Amino acid sequence: MAEKVTIIAHSGDMDKVYSALIIGNGALAMGMEASLFFTFWGLQRLKKGGLEKGPLSKMNMLGLGKWMVKRKMKRVGVVSMERLIQDFKELGGKILACDMTMEIMGIKKEDLREDLIADYCAVGTYLSEARESKITLFI
Amino acid sequence: MAEIKVDCTGETCPVPLVETRKALRKAKEGDIVEVTGTHPSSKKEIPMAVKALGLKLLDIKEKGGVWKIRIRR
Repeated sequence: MAEKVTIIAHSGDMDKVYSALIIGNGALAMGMEASLFFTFWGLQRLKKGGLEKGPLSKMNMLGLGKWMVKRKMKRVGVVSMERLIQDFKELGGKILACDMTMEIMGIKKEDLREDLIADYCAVGTYLSEARESKITLFI
Repeated sequence: MAEIKVDCTGETCPVPLVETRKALRKAKEGDIVEVTGTHPSSKKEIPMAVKALGLKLLDIKEKGGVWKIRIRR
């Protein structure tokens, strides 16, 4: 069995979701398995049209900081989160949605990007995946 | 045996690594994947991925900041 990375995407901040996606893609590219578990603020990013909506975790300045960072990222050639999430799926990555967050925040399946989500689950699924993972991260 | 060319010139992390992996997944056993790029860390990291995947690194060349890595699936 391949080595595995399990990542909890708890934050919905743009820079942190980027980190989660980049690490997930890197793991898949290096021959590992990868699961991304979206919970709480992170799950907001899986809402339809929500992927790029997160603020910057620091110096967001009502969106001005985010705009500046995004402009710089574009110049450097960083790809979009949509591209990263599509690559993640293509390379066999698994995206999981926390159903408790869905209940708390009144999010229905049809509000989410069902095309991306492999399963809807809770802490037990995270732990059964994490206990057999070489690496697990909380972002 | 086919030779698959991947151009990642101007791309940054994690695209060269991801595109290399995509090409290797599509390649058949014995095919050669040639990746061209400019992102400095990827020149070091693609060989790490090749090793982790148990594939054969054929050669690495660099000229004027542009590197070429050849891998046999």
